Amino acid sequence: MFKILKYSIFDLLRSRWSFIYLVFYLLLGSVLLLLNSNLSNAIITLLNVVTVLVPLIGTIFGIMYYYDSKEFTELLLAQPIKRSNIFLGQYFGVAISLSLSLIIGLGIPFLFYGLVISEKVFEFISLIIVGTFLTFIFTAISFFIALSFDNKIKGFSVAILMWLLLAVIYDGIFLISLVYFEQYPLDVFSLTAVMLNPIDLGRTLMLLKLDISALLGYTGAIFKKFFGTNLGSTISFIVLIIWSLIPILGIVWKSNKKDF
Amino acid sequence: MIVFQDLKKNFGKFEVLKTINLKINEGGIFAILGPNGSGKTTLIKSLLGMVIPQNGTITINNQQVIHKWNYRDKVDYLPQIANFPSNLKVIELINMVKDIRGRKCRDQELINLFRITPFLNKKLGTLSGGTKQRVNLVLTFMFDSPLIILDEPTSGLDPVALITLKELIINEKAKGKTIIITSHIMSFVEELSDEVVFILDGEIYFQGSVSKLKEQTKQSSFEYAIASILKEQYV
Repeated sequence: MFKILKYSIFDLLRSRWSFIYLVFYLLLGSVLLLLNSNLSNAIITLLNVVTVLVPLIGTIFGIMYYYDSKEFTELLLAQPIKRSNIFLGQYFGVAISLSLSLIIGLGIPFLFYGLVISEKVFEFISLIIVGTFLTFIFTAISFFIALSFDNKIKGFSVAILMWLLLAVIYDGIFLISLVYFEQYPLDVFSLTAVMLNPIDLGRTLMLLKLDISALLGYTGAIFKKFFGTNLGSTISFIVLIIWSLIPILGIVWKSNKKDF
Repeated sequence: MIVFQDLKKNFGKFEVLKTINLKINEGGIFAILGPNGSGKTTLIKSLLGMVIPQNGTITINNQQVIHKWNYRDKVDYLPQIANFPSNLKVIELINMVKDIRGRKCRDQELINLFRITPFLNKKLGTLSGGTKQRVNLVLTFMFDSPLIILDEPTSGLDPVALITLKELIINEKAKGKTIIITSHIMSFVEELSDEVVFILDGEIYFQGSVSKLKEQTKQSSFEYAIASILKEQYV
């Protein structure tokens, strides 16, 4: 698996797109710091960008990389390598290089701004952790979708729909149902609903960490009430790990029964 | 010895292989023939583990191969269509495959044999079909494995390369290797193969030597013998 991983990362580092992604984060980080002139505000603004954009980039990159390297994959399939290792190697290659772009791209401007000497350093680290988790989760889901559809257009559409569902539509349905069922106790419902969506979960984790009551919202307040800040973070964290593992297991399962 | 037992494969509703039972003895050149879509490539790909059959077993020297991967270290495979990552250089691809296999190989000898040297630093996307096929042949033959599977090895080759390939195959056979070939070029098959198997609609129609096939169909030439089987089917 590590040889495939090595070649995937090497291939991606040479590609123009990971570089553009890196430059985008460099610019975003710098501009936000300049405009906000405050680390805390910049982190909150970034949180909203990270929870929507990182999943989208992970999805698109994952799906494009899979279909683009199909020929290489076919070459590898005839070699003495375990099937699942080929796909896991490629998946980790994409996820790691995307995460590197995110960490380096946001890290450099914040370091220059004096992140290390401020007390906001842990909040920034949480933001990076959430971003990295979302990259790993959404790249894995998109790899799973790509493995399920031989048709590029179909795979691409399903992946984008999946992103749209989790990043936009899910929240809408969640909010509407909260308003609609106002008169019922909704604690368990909203806790479950947050757990079922990695984007909401990442956001909640960050908001608990940032401890800003104005932004906590209904779900955050419930999380805080039920678990207290530390337990709430731990549970969100564990669920994020489960969220990353499920699509990775899906990749292994799917790759073992697919015909090429 | 390679043994296929009760092998079945459907793609959706389409039955590509219907109960294939086949034995391939060690050593010698074995040709798999059949019209387009008869299941030749599917049969080969099941042996390589790229296609997973619904039913049946495949063994190489009494070792199960379905869902295994180690055995591929002793198999060399030439795919039908040479699809390579187009942004890689020829030399990078050769080194990469060498690195993945991690085994001693004779790449330089084959690079000279197939006259690839002038293309080593060119990107694979810019190569012509025939040159790609020559790179493909280098990648296939460089590991010196006991089992070689060639899916349409002649496609796109110029006469010089074709002669080189024939000589190479004969040399490999002399070393006691088992070589499985699919091809539509009948003269190529007749010249080289010790045994042929004819597949029609996912079933084995004939297995034996070329002369036996001629006898059975009462035709004087191999090409007509094959054509007569096909005509019988289509009428």
